[in-house]
Order: sequence, then C-alpha cells, then structure tokens
Amino acid sequence: MKTFKINHRTKSGLEVLDLQGELDAHTASQLEEALKNLIQDNKSNIIVNFRELDYIASAGLGVFMAYIEDVRSTGGDIKLTNMNDKVYNVFDLLGFPTLYDILQDEMQAIEKFLNENG
Amino acid sequence: MNNSFTYKKKVRASTENLSRIRAFVSEHAEKHGFSPNQIADVRLAVDEACTNIIKHAYKNDTNKEISIEIEVNDQRLKITIVDMGESFDVKSYHKPNLKKQIQEKKRGGLGVHLMLNLMDDVTYQVKNKMNVLSMCKNRN
Repeated sequence: MKTFKINHRTKSGLEVLDLQGELDAHTASQLEEALKNLIQDNKSNIIVNFRELDYIASAGLGVFMAYIEDVRSTGGDIKLTNMNDKVYNVFDLLGFPTLYDILQDEMQAIEKFLNENG
Repeated sequence: MNNSFTYKKKVRASTENLSRIRAFVSEHAEKHGFSPNQIADVRLAVDEACTNIIKHAYKNDTNKEISIEIEVNDQRLKITIVDMGESFDVKSYHKPNLKKQIQEKKRGGLGVHLMLNLMDDVTYQVKNKMNVLSMCKNRN
C-alpha cells in the first residue's frame, strides 16, 4: 500500500513542502497539520511541490481551500508546482487554476515570490 | 456474445480503507482493458463516493460497512456502492462555487462535482433504507 509523506525544507528563504504518495481523505490531515504549523510560525510564503505525488482526491484540495485566505491575508501565498497531468486534471475540474498559482516548476514559483516580495 | 463479470467487496467505513478500495477498483478495471485515464477517473470517483459515505452517511462510525460491486461487460464498467447510512439529499446539491467557498473557508461539495464529471452516468437511489449509488464508465 502506498503511503503519503511530507517533507519540509526552505529554499531562498521560502517554505517548501514536498508531497509524496497518495493524498486522500485519510492522509489530508497530515497536510493540514503541516500548513497549520507554517501559518502559526508566520511563515506565509509557501511552495507545495507535487513532483512525487501520484494521486489526489478532493479532500486534499479542500486543505488548500481552507488555508489560502489566511496565508494571503498576511501578504503571502501558497503556490503549487510540478503536478503530473492526472493530479492537475483534478485541480482543473474543480476550477482551481483561476484562483491559485499553479506552476510547472518550483523555480518559477521561487522567481514569482521574489518578484512579488521585492 | 456479451460477457459480463462481477466483483464484490465489503469494507469497514473508515478512511483507512480508501487506498484498499482504490486498489480493488484499479485492479479489475485494468484487467478488463480500460485505459490508464479511464482507470484514474473511476478510481477517483469511487474514492470520492466512499469518502462521502464515511464522513456524511455514517458520520465516521467505522463499525458500519460499505458494499462495492463492479460489473464489467463489453460496453462499460458499472460500479454500485451501497450504504445503510443517512441518505444524501440530492436536491440540496449545488455546483461548488470555489471563490465563495474559499472566502467562507468551506470545503464541501467537491466530491459530487468530480463524480458527475468523471463518470458517464451517475444515479443515486434510496431503496429499503439502503443508499444505492451507481456509476458507469463507457469503454468508448
């Protein structure tokens, strides 16, 4: 059985969460905890890298819906990067691309943050 | 000649079992020659349906049970999911308004929207206190 894992690192002063495995209603609470911890520490420039995420259900998308306003209200953002086609399709079906910054590559997200904050 | 195959599984209504349910669906869809994209659609639709049953119909009571039946023939794959929990009020369903939900920090309604988009036919019936959800994916 595939598990879900989150790794937290910092890059260019930004917070990066690397997601791995399958994100569903069972594993979404782990993502929720990780985002909550960052927000509590006033870390609001967040990149979520989906490169090693194989699967997402709407419970995973729900986590981003619940915290994006908190992050943006403090001048930050959650940018989503490196999704495979199947994962992107789920975000697309639910209309996320017009409301969230979804980028091909982590570097693009870093550049955008640096431009926005510079 | 129209061959039909049926596979059945019963699971406890716990989110812990979602990955097992997805594996069950994927295995049989793959065996019967559905494409990777079709399998991905069915797998997600079934996950969303079972998640809603666990959270809303059974309100996270893990002693309850979900029955899943897969029926495959030359034309299509049909999944029937049965629970004995609280019924879903179809009339209360609205297409999710993402912008508004983000502002109000509300997360619901996404699963049904996905099921309707991913599958070719979705029906929901309440029969003798059983909630019966049927979803079809056509081969072509």
